Formats: sequence, C-alpha cells, structure tokens
Amino acid sequence: MRIEVDLDLCQGHAMCELEAPGIFSVPRKGKVSVLEPYPPESARAAVDAAVRYCPTQALRLVDDDRA
Amino acid sequence: MKALEPRLVSGGEEGGHLEELRRDPIALMRRVRAECGDVGRFDLAGRPVILLSGAEANEFFFRAPDEDLDQAGAYPFMTPIFGEGVVFDASPERRREALHNQALRGDMMRGHAQTIADEVARMVAGWADSGQIDLLDWFAELTIYTSSACLIGGKFRNQLDHRFADLYHDLERGTDALAFVDPYAPIDSFRRRDAARAGLVTLVAEIMAGRAAAGPPDRADRDLLDVLMSLRSSEGQPMFLADEITGMFISMMFAGHHTSSGTAAWTLIELLRHPEQMTGVIAELDGLYSAGQQVSFQALREIPRLEAAIKEALRLHPPLILLLRAATRDMEVLGYRVPAGALVGATPAISNRMAEDFPEPDAFLPERYAQPRQEDLINRWTWIPFGAGRHRCVGANFAMVQLKAIFSVLLRDWTFELAQPAGSYRNDHSKMVVQLAQPCVVRYSRRTGD
Repeated sequence: MRIEVDLDLCQGHAMCELEAPGIFSVPRKGKVSVLEPYPPESARAAVDAAVRYCPTQALRLVDDDRA
Repeated sequence: MKALEPRLVSGGEEGGHLEELRRDPIALMRRVRAECGDVGRFDLAGRPVILLSGAEANEFFFRAPDEDLDQAGAYPFMTPIFGEGVVFDASPERRREALHNQALRGDMMRGHAQTIADEVARMVAGWADSGQIDLLDWFAELTIYTSSACLIGGKFRNQLDHRFADLYHDLERGTDALAFVDPYAPIDSFRRRDAARAGLVTLVAEIMAGRAAAGPPDRADRDLLDVLMSLRSSEGQPMFLADEITGMFISMMFAGHHTSSGTAAWTLIELLRHPEQMTGVIAELDGLYSAGQQVSFQALREIPRLEAAIKEALRLHPPLILLLRAATRDMEVLGYRVPAGALVGATPAISNRMAEDFPEPDAFLPERYAQPRQEDLINRWTWIPFGAGRHRCVGANFAMVQLKAIFSVLLRDWTFELAQPAGSYRNDHSKMVVQLAQPCVVRYSRRTGD
C-alpha cells in the first residue's frame, strides 16, 4: 500500500501524526511529511485511521502492485 | 473561443436581487441553479454575483488561491463586527498565519473534549428533573463558554456570564445583506450590532482592569488575555487596547460559534423528528460509555451513528448557506466569464441537496454516510457544509469533537422531546448568519433507570 497526499488540502492539523506517529510528521507550523510512503501491512489500521480522521481529507491510501 | 456570459437569473427589482437575498436567499439560489445551471448570475445592488454549484464549478471555487478569489472584501458585513484591522482586513499572509491557530491542532483536542464535557455539565447542573429550553438561547450560550474556554482559556471563560452571550447574539444578528450596499445603514439590526460590540469591549475592559489591579499572574496560570495584556510596544505602551483585544476574540470565536450552536440544535431536532435514529444513537452511546470510557477519549474516536446524524444535520441545515469571494482578475469557469471585481459564490445550501449526488436529497438519512456509500467523502466538492479544498473550515475537526462531546454528556443523563409541531422548527434566513427562528423549544427530563 502507498500513501498519497494532496498538499493543496493539508492544513497541518496533525491528526495523522496522532493516529500513526511513525508514518506521518507535522511541524508546529507547516504541512505533513510522509515518513513512510510505503508503510508495512502491520500499520494498516493506524494509517486507515489517519486517512479517516484527516480533517481536510488530504490523505489517500492506495493499494497497488508495488505495495 | 470566447467565454460566455453567465446567464442572469429571473426576478430582481431595483437594487437587483438584494431584497430577495435578504428575504429568501435559498429560493433565489435554487432558482439560479434551475434556470442557469452550474454557473449563473444574480445582481447584488449593481455588483454581479457569479453563483456556482455542482462538483466541477465548486472545485474551481475551492481550489482557487487567495490571489485569484479573495475573501477580503467579500464579506463587508463582518468588518463592523470584527473592527478595523482584524482578520478580514489583514493581508492573505497574515490571515493564513491567523488561520493556523495552534489551538486547533490535533494534540489539543483531548483537552478541548474534556473542557466541553465540563461546560455541558455546568449548564445542566441547574436543570430540574424536567423542564424546557429554547434551543437557540441554550446552545448559543453553551458554545460561547466552550469556544472561549478552548480558544482563549478557562480563566477568561470563568469571567463570562450570559451577558457576553446575549451581546454576541446581537453581533451575529447584525449581518443583514444590506451591508453589501452600506454596512452602516441606519437600520435597527446594525445599531444593535454596534451597541453590542461596544458592550463587549466594556465587558473585556472590566476583566482587563480587574486583572491589572490583581498584578501579574503566575506563568502557569496565564491565558491568552494575560499574554496579550503583557505585550508592550518599544515605547513601553500596551500593544493592544481593550477594543483590539475584543475584536480579536470576537473574530476567533465567530466562525465556530453560531455554526456549532446551530448544528447542535439541528442534530437534536432531526434526531427527535426521527425517533428510530435517536434510539440507535442512544444505544450506541450507552454501549461505548458503559465500560466507564471518558468523553475526552471517546469524542476523538468514531461514534458512527452519532457522527452520521451530525453530518446529515449539517448537510440539510448548513450553517453557512453562501460562501463568497471577490474575483481579483478576469477568469473563466466552465467556459463562462468571471469579470474582475465580481463576487463569486458557492452555496452549501444548494450543493448539499443535489439529487444527482444525494439520493432523496431532502430526507434525513444518516445511513448515506455508512460504508460503502460514504456520500460525504465521495462527493468531496458538493458535500460542503465545511466548504472544501484549501479553505475548508479549519475548525471542522474541533466542531465534530465538540458535537460528539456535547451529545455524549447530554444524552447520557437526559431525554428530550419536541415541544412544538415537528415541522415548526426552521431557520431564519433574513441575516447572512443563519440562526434558528424562535420559538424553538424542546422539553427535557432526567433519564431514569431505563
């Protein structure tokens, strides 16, 4: 699986960092960095929650062959 | 190819469609879509308003940068409320900075949820075993306390009482669309607005005088007001006077106040109109909290049935019915011309009820948010109670946490019933800030061992 970010939409709420701390990082002022663009399967629940709870729907989880 | 002129909607009198916008804005906007399609036009006292609806036109609106579609100048009715120099008079950079409000970051939400739960408990502490409340008055007062406590600080909130809420209500009522012609026109609602702002400055000045007399607080005990009072110019003068500080507080609280208050009220009304949904939500909350879970934890997690009810209340009764920007240059949308200087609008009230995207658009159907329908996520440019894109409401997350916390506490200990005919609850659209029309009364009674 792979994480896609639409930086047009990110407002830096850092909900993703709360849900999946090792995968996302958000500075005090600024937008998200994806630390693990291809997260391991074991992180799926946390990444799902991060995508779901993103207040601006800036994140997507894509399942493709490269995962 | 030459861009087409957006079609002008029917109706309109002297002053164009201003009077209809003041009287029945939803009918006007619905007619624009029906007659003109995704891109239509009405006339606001000589100024064209290009009104957009539908996914493609909305995406254009919500993705446009401030440099193209500017918020400053699009909301002239806000300037007398905030005061000169506050928020919407500032540059786009300053506004972005202000928007990136640290109080709204995810890691603050747990504390906010607890604060909100405590404020609800405080408001119901005075309730008898049964009684009735006016939904507008009650939720408007509650959300004054929650937003001041969360955004400014508990210490400031504890120095407020219902007077602050009453004055704030008069501010919100001072948003007649006549402000597009003259924000200081001699009408009653504008006079009350200006008196209310002066009254709020007096209240804040009294609080400031009390704090100044008490001397500097401990560092750990400082709230935002203490910080603002402590700032000095290079000449040693206070950097902000009561008038400016009040303006900042008004603007910080504005976007989250009538919006959360109205949504809480409409969620309750719709749940009472649909008892089977209410039963489901209560069972869900009872289940989640039966193991002693804290609201501060649970309000940040999924509460699917309650959330779906809130989303559906938001879709049917969006607190903002018309979002506006000013076009800074000539541009084109879907082949239609948008001239520099025109106002450009997107309308949650119309887009949220497009039958193409939301089957049975006028029905309260929380199940449309369950997997796999997820109509809010699938229709990201037409499910727009919070706007969308780069200007999506920065407080949306806070709002959902707040609403979940409010109903977690209210429905745990109380049952409610409509005190008027179900169809008699409606919004008052005569002001740009939409509020419930009074009366809007419900009865409450304490839950017994059911």
